[in-house]
Amino acid sequence: MIRLNNIHKSYEMGSNSLHVLKGIDLNIEQGDFVSIMGSSGSGKSTLLNILGMLDNYDKGTYHLSGNLIANMSEKKAAKYRNDMVGFVFQSFNLISFKNAMENVALPLYYKGVPRKKRNLIAMEYLEKLGLKEWANHMPSEMSGGQKQRVAIARALISQPKIILADEPTGALDTATSYEVMEILKDINAAGITVIIVTHEHDIAAMTRQIIRLKDGRIHEIIRNGELKQFQKNYMKELETA
Amino acid sequence: MFDIDKWQEILATIKKNKMRTFLTGFSVAWGIFMLMILLGSGNGLSNGVAANFMNDAVNAMWIWTGETKIPYQGMKTGRPIQFHNEDQEIVQKVAGVGVSSGRYFMGNTRYSYNKESGDYTTITCHPELKDVENLILEEGRFINKIDILQNRKVVVLGADIKKALFKDSTALGEYVNVNNVPFKVIGISTEPGSTRNRNAYMPVSTAQMIFMGSNRLHNLALTIDAKTLDESRAIEEQIRNVLAKKHKFDPADESAVGLYNKLENYIQTMKIFQAIKIFIWIIGIGTLIAGIVGVSNIMLIVVKERTKEIGIRKAIGASPSSVIGLILLESIMITTIAGYIGLVLGTGLMEMINYFMVQSAGPTPDPQGTIFMNPTVDFNIAVSATLLLIVAGAIAGYIPAKRAASIKPIVALRDE
Repeated sequence: MIRLNNIHKSYEMGSNSLHVLKGIDLNIEQGDFVSIMGSSGSGKSTLLNILGMLDNYDKGTYHLSGNLIANMSEKKAAKYRNDMVGFVFQSFNLISFKNAMENVALPLYYKGVPRKKRNLIAMEYLEKLGLKEWANHMPSEMSGGQKQRVAIARALISQPKIILADEPTGALDTATSYEVMEILKDINAAGITVIIVTHEHDIAAMTRQIIRLKDGRIHEIIRNGELKQFQKNYMKELETA
Repeated sequence: MFDIDKWQEILATIKKNKMRTFLTGFSVAWGIFMLMILLGSGNGLSNGVAANFMNDAVNAMWIWTGETKIPYQGMKTGRPIQFHNEDQEIVQKVAGVGVSSGRYFMGNTRYSYNKESGDYTTITCHPELKDVENLILEEGRFINKIDILQNRKVVVLGADIKKALFKDSTALGEYVNVNNVPFKVIGISTEPGSTRNRNAYMPVSTAQMIFMGSNRLHNLALTIDAKTLDESRAIEEQIRNVLAKKHKFDPADESAVGLYNKLENYIQTMKIFQAIKIFIWIIGIGTLIAGIVGVSNIMLIVVKERTKEIGIRKAIGASPSSVIGLILLESIMITTIAGYIGLVLGTGLMEMINYFMVQSAGPTPDPQGTIFMNPTVDFNIAVSATLLLIVAGAIAGYIPAKRAASIKPIVALRDE
């Protein structure tokens, strides 16, 4: 489903150029639940932004569902984002002057769904995430966990193939983090590919594949047997903590 | 373009950002409001003064006589000059003179009708005086050529004389005794811009025959056809030369024959008003520019403030054009409505001032007293000014909106 081949990305910082991704080769299949880990500056967020077509890359190829994603016009990229990808951000990124329902309904506005219908659908998704009573509340009136659930509902409403989450639990306490992870697990169980960026081992341990980045390259991919060991280590740590 | 959903989205945004909306709208409304007041006041002032001039024909000229003060062709100073009927005829022949009338005043003429009587000034004149002094006829007609030729005993009474002698009964066709000579009333007149209408008018030929027994005139009233100050002065000089030749005085002798040229005065005053108008326009344009700068500034801030929101919208699938459209339509809508409000308030205020001025002037308006009249603004100018602000607001919004819409969503999202 996602095929990255020798992806390079560097940022111009004045006269310096910062080489962030130094050749990433990666395949992610439909229905995978992947976490990307790495120390700060290892390029994990950059990689996620490229996957989500929020940023472009300098070299290599990126195929999404068989389509080459390169040098697209802003308009086309917007269409792809709207159709294929749902985003969940660390800072939630809800629109502050819209209530929960309107925030969730917004992607459908850009799909051209009429107002009444999209608000109805938005209510459905809010209900699924247990926020029906909060539909008319503004983001500023909600807790972090609720805001993140609203953001997840917004990511889901356009029925994307992939959910990209950049540190979705970064601004939440442990209990709320686990709730959010449970929701993401359920989403994945419904067949949607979920890719999260995190630096928390316990969060990563709940996914089914861990990609470790180091200095812009893939350091290791942990899955199957190794993953069991990883999970055992970090779950134990949790219990003792 | 017209898409109910889009407008609902814009309305919802406006409703939830009241302060921003108010600030944008206020600068537009204020600009238009000030412009309306400035232009309205300017128009009111110039209308008022122009109306004052209209009390007589703007191109009127009066000529009267005096005594010579400069010795001329061996004659001493202090020689009185006297106009006669032929002076009116020779002045009429000067190129550039429109219509002219000789005048002979008879102060304290006794008018009586039945038991009522009173002393009034009688102005004996030619039919053309009506055009020089813009006399208004309430009833009947003014003196005509046949009255002059046949020395008819007819009189035009001022409205106050008619009221004193006839009360509410009809005066037209009745005979009044003027110094015990019966005259037929042919018209009732009022003078524009005056509350006293106590003059009576009769044909100069009749009066000379009955009361004065000669062909003397006190002064001449005439109109001249001149477009510019120079033309008007040239005509003035020619008239003076013609009269100087006839009465044998130095043409430079200002006291032998006095001359008041209203057109000269009018042209000079209008020049001042033109200058005032230009000044008002400069201030008005300055106000508009201030409004445009205000709108542009606010639009810049609005776009900056919305950068993150734009990033979110783009991340969830908004195309750049939909982002630009959202910001632009919002800006156009606010400026249009605010501009309209400013327009209505500004013209409303000027109309209100106009209304109270008319009210306080009472039932007999006295334009002599008001230098402020009809302070309203040309509708087209008002609408064009509003449109200009709307377009300026749109352009001011478009440039930053386009820039914001074309930056990568990830950069916009990072913006705090």
